[in-house]
Amino acid sequence: MKYLTTLATAALMTAGMSVAASAADTSVCLITKDATNPFFVKMKEGAQAKADELGVELRSFAGKYDGDHETQVSAIETCIAAGAGGILLVATDSKAITGQVKKARDAGLVVIALDTPLDPMDAADMTFATDNFLAGELIGKWAAKTVDDPANAKIGLININVTQPSVGVLRNQGFLTGFGIDIGDKSKWGDETDSRIVGQEIGNGNAEGGRKGMENLLAINPDINVVYTINEPTAAGAYEALKAFGKQDDAVIVSVDGGCPGVANVEAGVIGATAQQYPLDMAGKGVEAIVKAVETGEMPAATEGKDFFDTGVGLVTDKPVEGLEQLTVEEGKNLCWG
Amino acid sequence: MTDAPGSAEERLPEQETVAEFNSSHKSNFHRLLGFLQTTPSAIPLFVLVTAVIIFGILNGNRFFSPFALTLILQQVAIVGIVAVAQSLVILTAGIDLSVGAIAVISSVIMGKFTFDLGIPGELAVLCGLATGLFFGTANGLLVAFVKLPPFIVTLGMWQIVLAANFLYSGSVVIRSEEIAQVAPILQFFGRTITVGGAVFTYGVILLLFLVLLMSYILSQTAWGRHVYAVGDDPDAAELSGVKVKATLVSVYAIGGLICGFAGWALIGRLGSVSPQAGQLANIESITAVVIGGISLFGGRGSVAGTLFGALIVGVFTLGLRLLGADVQWTYLLIGALIIFAVTVDQTIRKVSL
Amino acid sequence: MTSPILTARKLNKRYGRVIAMEDCDFDLMPGEILAVIGDNGAGKSTLIKALSGALRPDSGEIRLEGKPVHFSSPIQAREHGIETVYQTLALSPALTIADNMFMGREILKPGIMGSVFRQLDKKKMQNFARDKLTELGLMTIQNIAQTVETLSGGQRQGVAVARAAAFGTNVVILDEPTAALGVKESRKVLDLIKTVKSKGIPIILISHNMPHVFEVADRIHVHRLGKRLCVVDPKQYSMSDAVALMTGAMAPPDQEAVA
Repeated sequence: MKYLTTLATAALMTAGMSVAASAADTSVCLITKDATNPFFVKMKEGAQAKADELGVELRSFAGKYDGDHETQVSAIETCIAAGAGGILLVATDSKAITGQVKKARDAGLVVIALDTPLDPMDAADMTFATDNFLAGELIGKWAAKTVDDPANAKIGLININVTQPSVGVLRNQGFLTGFGIDIGDKSKWGDETDSRIVGQEIGNGNAEGGRKGMENLLAINPDINVVYTINEPTAAGAYEALKAFGKQDDAVIVSVDGGCPGVANVEAGVIGATAQQYPLDMAGKGVEAIVKAVETGEMPAATEGKDFFDTGVGLVTDKPVEGLEQLTVEEGKNLCWG
Repeated sequence: MTDAPGSAEERLPEQETVAEFNSSHKSNFHRLLGFLQTTPSAIPLFVLVTAVIIFGILNGNRFFSPFALTLILQQVAIVGIVAVAQSLVILTAGIDLSVGAIAVISSVIMGKFTFDLGIPGELAVLCGLATGLFFGTANGLLVAFVKLPPFIVTLGMWQIVLAANFLYSGSVVIRSEEIAQVAPILQFFGRTITVGGAVFTYGVILLLFLVLLMSYILSQTAWGRHVYAVGDDPDAAELSGVKVKATLVSVYAIGGLICGFAGWALIGRLGSVSPQAGQLANIESITAVVIGGISLFGGRGSVAGTLFGALIVGVFTLGLRLLGADVQWTYLLIGALIIFAVTVDQTIRKVSL
Repeated sequence: MTSPILTARKLNKRYGRVIAMEDCDFDLMPGEILAVIGDNGAGKSTLIKALSGALRPDSGEIRLEGKPVHFSSPIQAREHGIETVYQTLALSPALTIADNMFMGREILKPGIMGSVFRQLDKKKMQNFARDKLTELGLMTIQNIAQTVETLSGGQRQGVAVARAAAFGTNVVILDEPTAALGVKESRKVLDLIKTVKSKGIPIILISHNMPHVFEVADRIHVHRLGKRLCVVDPKQYSMSDAVALMTGAMAPPDQEAVA
């Protein structure tokens, strides 16, 4: 009996949704990978601020941990049942989630992929993200202009994890391209043949992994002088490893994120340069786009020349080089998150 | 217990005299099992030495250098320390899923108390250690007096401690440079001693010290014998006059304290205080303990074995990375080792019954 | 006439509406082997638990060497020199013989190693264990440092009995010591019981095995319906008499004659 009631309620809600579409009580769902990463915490803040401003309701969901696909699936189901106007989704599994996303879109919800594009990308109505390839390219170019002899550089890369998620691939390949290395297949890392690459490690995006990855790289070749890291916690870990072997002045670390601790680490000389992204904007603009789509039927458009809505990226460094647009640490601090 | 009447007893003198004819494979096999019963760390030590030699041959000097070999010690130090705590608990036939979370919250307490409350680093370290002791004791009381299964108690404690950690820290990292300026004591275990090419962090020395200390306590003191007896058969231990409950509480409490030290050493290794560190420490510590030959059914094994188990994982990881193998091969081999280790344990137990 | 070493008078124990002991009496004389027999459910294990400290009777009195005693745990009974060999033996299979014999009453090294570093005096404990096993003729066990799990069932029983005999200065209680053993091992354990008796330690033997009881017992305490029915001399009664007494098929003899 209870089950039947639930079913009936769900059915009513789904039916009522199309009617309520233009009403002021539009709600927006935000589904992130987890609820503890400062990046997502900031994202939620940005979404909440914009939702308050527009007078819509924000429902936030998050996986229990990064990689928790099941919770994201049930979150989408809840959003459909609750008759939300749209979903902002940071997908944990950008392929597997597409079936669920289709259900949501079939039910009339606007789905915007945040930060991580779905696979295929057009599974969502639009993607709001950092141009991760560009982010990588910026730090790659900066590194090539910073090291003494880029033609004989010894490069170590510390990536996210073995599944090679698209964000990690884009940053990695962008960095190598920016540095002037032939990347071969653009859709994966590890197929490059350039002898300047010492090794490709994984660090799971945290300080522990960064330290271990750097140690392994040093064991392979102690003369590494350029270190690419997937994000700033990884960079901090890598720096600890370099410091432990007295090599912190021999190698330059570049990273991506632009979180406040990361920018502070740029200032402290731990990180040479970092590509800053803007999660607050990303979420805020996403909420705006969903509300607009629900109220006017106008779908969000991609940035010109790209197949997604680019939320911007800035290169933060206190050792500026010629020919690149750069932000000072001061500017980076004003824009940083987390 | 169900041996044929007088079997082993009757045969013993005979075996002495006609040994040449009687030493079949079976008796050699039994002799080997007997040896493994008394020296449970022999297999992991053998695997460790073999792995070092094989990777040494395959990788050459890159691997077989003081630098690389001490690097492995550094890489396993945190998991190793946590695994010492895990060993104690598993020896009592328990399991502790909360070890990693307790280590991390201890490190967060040390960092936050220093920076938010402005107390001296030394005092903050003591508070962090006390936090570890507190959560460990809570586990112990629930296991011993409320008589809940250790798996469930520590599964719950894991979630509670992890959530408390995130709520309290707001997931905010305390940066290495700030710590170095304000409270360098927090990074104490990150300091190094260099001997030739070998680099020992204080964290590594802490690990080795803890292994020696626990080996002594477990084998040379009454408390240590009681830990084994409780794990072997708690009812028998109780009837023999062992205070089973007090022993259990003390095991979990000391485990928690050791996790507090692991949290302190974690700051040394990462430089920073990171609330998101150590998430896999429970699984990795159980892996080290099992590969190290401690029985999940309690009462068997040694802390030295645990050290070897942790080192085996480290040797495989670095050795395979230096060979350029995909990381998945490491997981695959470690998985195979776990199953092998448990099979050996089961064989020993079956023969003994 | 010598006085009993362990006596119990008017012991009562109820579990809800079930009466496990009702005005139960018990006497153990110095140096004797007293067998306790009774049908299943007669309450003999309740009596034994009361004597070994595993449970507290609701009322009644237990006296050891004439002095009233109150045990709230087996450990307290042990402190009074009453040792029990449980049917499960209460040994830790993965630990050595010496470890097991001294479990819960370990000897520390003299001097600073013992007082500060809490180090066990393993040598002393091993020597003691070896002496005790030798005394009881159990030296088929070759290595005192071998683990209990490597021993046969009879040898394990031997270790458990040796432990009880070593510390049981007043009474040793044996609960079904031969129940899990084969013929040859039972033989050895019976010999062992006689050896312990020859050291002057009185023994309470709980057993279902009539031939074993009649072989070693000096007196037989027949338990029925929660109390002592009678005490008989095995030389004057047959096994079938004993079974008949246990099951109520025969009336108990006049107690005066035996006591």
